[in-house]
Order: sequence, then structure tokens, then C-alpha cells
Amino acid sequence: MKTDKRFEILRTGVAIGVALLIGFIVTCLVSEAPLKAFGYFLRGPFTTTRRFAAFLEAAIPLTFTGLAISLVFSAGQFNLGAEGQFFIGAVAATAAGIYLDLPPVIHTLVCLLAGIAAGAVAGFIPGILKAKWNASELVSSLMLNYVFLKLGMYLVTYHMRDQSVGALVSLPLKETSLLTQFIPNTRIHTGVFILLITVLFCYYYLFRTSQGYEVRMTGQNIEFARYSGIPVLSVILSVQVLAGAIAGLGGAVEMLGIYKRFQWLASPGYGFDGVIVATLAKNNPALVPVTALFLAYLRVGADVMAIYSDVSAEMVAIIQAVIILLVTAEAFLSGYRRRMLLREVKQSASAS
Amino acid sequence: MQALLRAILSPSFAASILRVTTPILFAALGAVVADLSGVVNIALEGTMLFSAFTGVAVSAFTQSAWLGLLAAVGVGALVGLTLAYSHLKLGTDAVLAGIALNLLAAEGTVFLLYVVAGDKGVSSSLPSKVLPDWHIPVIKEIPVLGAILGKQNALTYMSLIAVVLVYLFLFKTSFGLRLRAVGENPDAADSVGISVHRVQFVALAISGALAGMGGAHLSMGYVSWFSRNMTSGRGFIALAAETLGYRHPVGVFLASLLFGFADALSNYMQSLRVPGEFVQMIPYLLTLVALTIYSGRQRKGRRSSK
Repeated sequence: MKTDKRFEILRTGVAIGVALLIGFIVTCLVSEAPLKAFGYFLRGPFTTTRRFAAFLEAAIPLTFTGLAISLVFSAGQFNLGAEGQFFIGAVAATAAGIYLDLPPVIHTLVCLLAGIAAGAVAGFIPGILKAKWNASELVSSLMLNYVFLKLGMYLVTYHMRDQSVGALVSLPLKETSLLTQFIPNTRIHTGVFILLITVLFCYYYLFRTSQGYEVRMTGQNIEFARYSGIPVLSVILSVQVLAGAIAGLGGAVEMLGIYKRFQWLASPGYGFDGVIVATLAKNNPALVPVTALFLAYLRVGADVMAIYSDVSAEMVAIIQAVIILLVTAEAFLSGYRRRMLLREVKQSASAS
Repeated sequence: MQALLRAILSPSFAASILRVTTPILFAALGAVVADLSGVVNIALEGTMLFSAFTGVAVSAFTQSAWLGLLAAVGVGALVGLTLAYSHLKLGTDAVLAGIALNLLAAEGTVFLLYVVAGDKGVSSSLPSKVLPDWHIPVIKEIPVLGAILGKQNALTYMSLIAVVLVYLFLFKTSFGLRLRAVGENPDAADSVGISVHRVQFVALAISGALAGMGGAHLSMGYVSWFSRNMTSGRGFIALAAETLGYRHPVGVFLASLLFGFADALSNYMQSLRVPGEFVQMIPYLLTLVALTIYSGRQRKGRRSSK
């Protein structure tokens, strides 16, 4: 067991190393000054306070969607709806933030609840379609991402739009609804605490409750779970609703913490990023914040690189893809793993 | 409403259905080949995007639309082989590997676009070529059919031919038989001496090549440029069309037409005063409904047969 864990850490490390190397090679191919460009990429988040803060801020939505994806993946459900859930959660929070008149803290809470509810509904649909009619949650959640994107854009454009502004943005959210940005010169907001609670909740749910156990059993072997009396259909449904709620909460927190108005014109892509985050974290909620920070680091680094060099920020996509492919590849370094295990067995044999 | 009906029943609307069906059909055929060999190809979306980009870039540099198509198909096959390699040799889950390739394609093509065209949105600065429209002599003279099938993009005709070819390949050749055997029961196939991995490698390469033709149609037939994320979910819709079409080339053709209809309808209704967002939802919602009905019926059928 211990060897396994050590091996996993080593393998992830090697995968990241290989990915960075490939990223560097690509940089060399397209850049006039590759060393300088890649240097900015690696040091980017640490170059100014503002950028360091941006790195922390970027990790917040990634953690939320990473948690959502971890939950559904733990149950063996390939529900990729976090993208749409996050988006519609943000739209719902915006509506509540614009139209309701409530005292400060309560207003924020109501907005967050609106996000949770919208996300839960968005997660419920693929869940119920799967549980009741066996429709592939993979395809249905991908379709719903587009539906919720269009629905959200319709609501913002036709009902919440601020006509006095040239750009397509919503009316401003009421001050009472916003999460406080509590560190000067940064946009780091009190949503961080909501985030920490959510991380703890997910970890506790997955590893310390009987339903979490059922979720994991269903994910490991659905037939076995069914024969041992686990109500797999209700597990499948409830985990997707819960994941939807978390992604929706993420959208709401991002909206209330960072923005004053709704101003996205396209889906910001945090849902699919959540897949990267969850995959790197091996679907363990406790590790999700760490891997989210890592991804945020790559992203901010890439942005900084794009400012100071001739390499565009999308270079980071190559690094991400290689990392996912290698981290999830069972055969990657498996020969080394066998040798590690053999050595351990031999040692314990000679010791006894 | 009457105007809408009249427009839908017109031959030119039927022609536009065929046009928008083309990329979905190619990708859906690709999905069939992969799925029958036992591997889900989620990477179709990204494959199309890579190929759409490659077609534009290569045709701009060689000044030949056909070389562009060839390169697009080649890149499609290459993406299919990449998926095969990571899934079959490295043991990555096929869905996760597909997601990784899709993410790579979404941003990777923007990265490449910036390198070759200096723009992150569209490739309009590249002098890329478009595949020609074909005029079919005899059919062109027939009244209604002529307006629908008489003049279409070369790739649209090829997609119709591909339906027949994929059918013949899967059901009338010995390799097709082996491919389906591998998908049905890999252990049994292995026990009679079929190299399971080799068959799946070939199947995914074909699957990618087909999706590549669909991608080429998007950027070199449907429009004459590449723009970021121009597939907008067609690769995923193709997966739904594959399920809905009972994993059979002819069924998939009909299912693709259905999605093509929704797509063409949304294009048409955009010119009316319906909020564009709602109209754009139609193909996705239709997919959802169709998928649910299909899956529900399939499950019921399985229960009653047992």
C-alpha cells in the first residue's frame, strides 16, 4: 500500500516533468527567445503580488468544479455537466443579486442558494435520465452544457441586460449580495471559506458516510454493488444532483466574489478544467485544492508568458493534455512499479 | 407560421439539411466504426477541430484544396491512432483520453492558428481553398430532386458514398466481421486468433479519418475559413446520432439527417425574430429527447426478450 502511494506520487511527478519538457520543446519551435518565454511561464505567478493573487483566485472556481467532477467520477458516472452547471449557477446568482432586496449577509446566502439550486437541477436531469431510462449521462450532460449556456445567455441578454452600457453585460449586482474581498489589492474574497467548507464536506461525504461508501462501491463495480444491496440507481441520481449543486455553488461564488455584473459571453471552461483537476487528484476531494492550485499556476504562468513573449497562452493546453494522458495511463512506468514492489517483497522476506 | 412551413418544405431547405448534415454524418460513421470495435471515441469533437484547422492551413500553403483534404484526413487518422495508443498501449481510460484530446484540440488549434495566421479567432488572413461543388448531370434535370441533390459540395456526396462504403466494410468484408467480433467479445475473438489490439488500432484510425473528413467539410466546404471551436459540439452530437441510429450506417444516416434538420431549422429561424439562443438550443434538446427515448426503448426491449 505504501509503495503504491509512493509510486503514484512518483508517477505523477514524472508525468508533469515529461509534460513540461514537451511544452518546452514546443516553445522552442515557435519562439525567438524560448528560454526567456519559458522562464516567464514558470515564474509567472511569482512575478508580482497581483499575479500571485490572480493565481490563488483562479484556483477557486477550479476547485469547485474539480470537486463536482470528483464526486461523479467516484461513482463511475461520466457526467461532464459541471461546465453548464457552473454557468447556470452563476446566472441564477446574478438574477438573485440583481432583483432581490435583502440585508447584506442574507442576500449573499440567498444568491448562493440560487446557484446551488440551479446547479442541482442541471445535475438532476442527466442523473434521472440515466437512472430511469438508462440514457448515457456522458452524451446527455454534454448536450445540456450547450442548452444551459444558451439558456443563460438568453436570460442575461433579454431579461437582465443593462441597456445603458454598450457591451453585453447584466445590470449591476446589489452591493448586499457580493462576497467581500478582504485582502487589499487582490480580489481574494470570502468565498474561500465557503470553498474550504465544501472541500471538507465532500471529503467527509465520500469517505466518512455510508452513502459515500455506496458511491465509491458503485464506481468500482456497479454489478457487485447492486448484488450487495446498494440502491445503485438512487446513488447514481443523488451523487449527480450533489455534484451539480457544488458546481452551481462554484458559479455563484465566482460571480459574487469576483464580478460586479454578469459579463461572460461564452462558457468560461471551468467544467472541463474540473476533469483535469479531479483526474490529477485521483478523485480525492482532499487533494482537489492542491491540483486546482497546480492548474491555476500553469494558467497564470501561461498568461504572463503571453504578455512578455511571442508564445501564446494556449501552449498550456499541450502540457495539460500530456499530463492527463500520462497520469491516467495505467501502463505508464508500470515496469518500474513492478520492480519497486519486488524489491519491497524481497526486503520483507529477508527481514523475517 | 405558414411561411415557416413553406420554407421547410422547399427543396432548397432540403438541400441545406444535406449540407449541415455532412460533418455530423462523417463523425457519426466514425463513431460507429470505433464503437463496433469496442472503443468509445469521445475524441471525435477534437479530431474534427484538428482536421478543420489542418485542411485550412495545408490548403493555404499548398494552394490545393485536395491536398488540404488529404492532410485533414491524415491528421484525423493520427488523432485516432493517438487515442488508440493511449487507451490500448498505455491503459488510459478511453473517455479520459478522449477528453484530454478534445481539450488539446480546443486550445491547441488556437495556438497553431496564432502561429500560422497571427490571429486567435479566425483564419481569414490565410488564403485557404474550398472544396468544389459538384454538379451531377442527370439528377440535376429532375425537378425537385435536382434542386436537392443536383449541386452539392464534393464532401456531401462523399459522405453519402461513405455510408455505403462503411456499411460494406463492416458487414461484407472479413475485416469488418473481425472488427465486430472484437467489439462483441474481445476474449472470444482473441481465442480464435484475431489480434484484438491491431483491429482496434485500425478501427480508431478509420474512425479518426472519417471525423477528419467531417472537419474538413466545416472549414473547406461549409465555410471557407477556420474559426476557434467551430465544431461547437458536432462531434458530441455525432455520438448521439450513433446511439440513435442503432450503431448501423443506415440508421446513423437517418439519425444524422434528423440532427441536420434541427441544425438547418435553427439556421433558418435565426433570420426570423425568435431569440437566437432558443433556436440554437434545438439540436441539443432534440438530441437529449431522442437519446432518452432510444435508450428507454432499448432497455425495455432487453427486459422483454429475457
